[in-house]
Amino acid sequence: MSKSPSAPKVANLHDLLAVAYQIEIDAVERYKLLADQMETHNNPELVKVFRDLARAEGIHGEEIRRLAGDFDVVAHAREIAKFAQGESPEEAELGSAHYLMTPWHALQLSLAGEKRALAYFTSIVETAKDPKVKEMAAELVEEEAEHVSLVHRLLRRYPEPSKNWAEDLDPPVSQE
Amino acid sequence: MTMNIETRTYKQADYKSDVKPIWCPGCGDYHVLMSFTRAFAQLGLPPEEIVVVSGIGCSSRIPAYTNCYGFHGVHGRSLALAAGLKVTRPDLTVVVASGDGDGYSIGGNHFLHACRRNVDMTYVVMDNHIYGMTKGQPSPTTEPEFDTALSPGGTKVRPFHPLVVALASGANFIARCFSGDPNQTADVLAEAIRHPGFSFVEILSPCVTFRPDEKAWKEQVHAAPVTETSDQGKAARRLMTDDGFNIGILYRGNRTPYQPAAGKSDFDLSELEKDFEL
Repeated sequence: MSKSPSAPKVANLHDLLAVAYQIEIDAVERYKLLADQMETHNNPELVKVFRDLARAEGIHGEEIRRLAGDFDVVAHAREIAKFAQGESPEEAELGSAHYLMTPWHALQLSLAGEKRALAYFTSIVETAKDPKVKEMAAELVEEEAEHVSLVHRLLRRYPEPSKNWAEDLDPPVSQE
Repeated sequence: MTMNIETRTYKQADYKSDVKPIWCPGCGDYHVLMSFTRAFAQLGLPPEEIVVVSGIGCSSRIPAYTNCYGFHGVHGRSLALAAGLKVTRPDLTVVVASGDGDGYSIGGNHFLHACRRNVDMTYVVMDNHIYGMTKGQPSPTTEPEFDTALSPGGTKVRPFHPLVVALASGANFIARCFSGDPNQTADVLAEAIRHPGFSFVEILSPCVTFRPDEKAWKEQVHAAPVTETSDQGKAARRLMTDDGFNIGILYRGNRTPYQPAAGKSDFDLSELEKDFEL
């Protein structure tokens, strides 16, 4: 039951834009939730990272909305963009969050999400029959590939933490 | 005169409150909250016609995070509260949230009788096989060999089997879900709410702080290999041999829910009072 990029069927350009929009919006909501969690657990560095990621995904969502022009992509997304496993590809895995996580971990979550989105749009390019869908999906693939490179560039700023990053000197309770 | 009747559709966000959950990051209960709001939106229920009742524990914080009516009751007594509410206000949709400590230990007896009574409500138990809020004591569903400072050498006690107990006690709908699949969980919750009578949904919801091993659940859960049944005998055999990770609706009964007629009693209380006159 691990996360899968299986997604709604995309029959035309409107469907594709709606799904692409929903993917970005789901990612925004997930990053906001993670930022809230980090706020509650007093990890301000991560609050900022997750809020920045939410903002970036929100901008992508708005770009897709603009691309859709007069078409109500928001309503259509609500109608069709339902992912089989309950999570859309770019949503960071909630179960991987930890109160002591570092920006490196946050970016790993983000990288995994971007890669899932890349795989999803690539599968559309490979299977779409409608040339307009194929063309737009190819643009989205390029976009996602750029996001993957961007996360890789960001990761250079944050080296992988030591193995004992989750060690809490004042843990909730001893489980030894 | 024509009346404009506004029919509105609800979004998930309509059921979420502004209160930020204080669960540990990574906790499965975040997904359960998501499933609650998805199920409510799917059913199109107005938030003010839903009541989420809970007891005590991490899972029982959930009413505060919804925009529905809520009642954060005392430890283990959520089902008694909810049953009272539902029989007096049958127009409301009553969903009860609990955990394995609150629901199977402190509230264990209420669980049996709620199943038996079959009041039309949905009981959701977020089972993480541990007392999380009180920092990691073994619960009724903890494995016997779970060995920590708080249970040295493990409890060596056979775990409680909630689904079997629910079936034997008369629950009218029994399902198991995994928090990590919020869409499927939402679908099952919606079905549980729709089904008349007492619906019991156990949600495996990992505790990442005291049971980090439960992160592996996402690889262990699997769709139940058989379709749901309304045959109690068949369901009993299946549940007794269940590996604890079968996901889906496992039993759907057809008992008539308990609902006393409003404002009516079979007895004339004034007549009864006479028997107590001194």
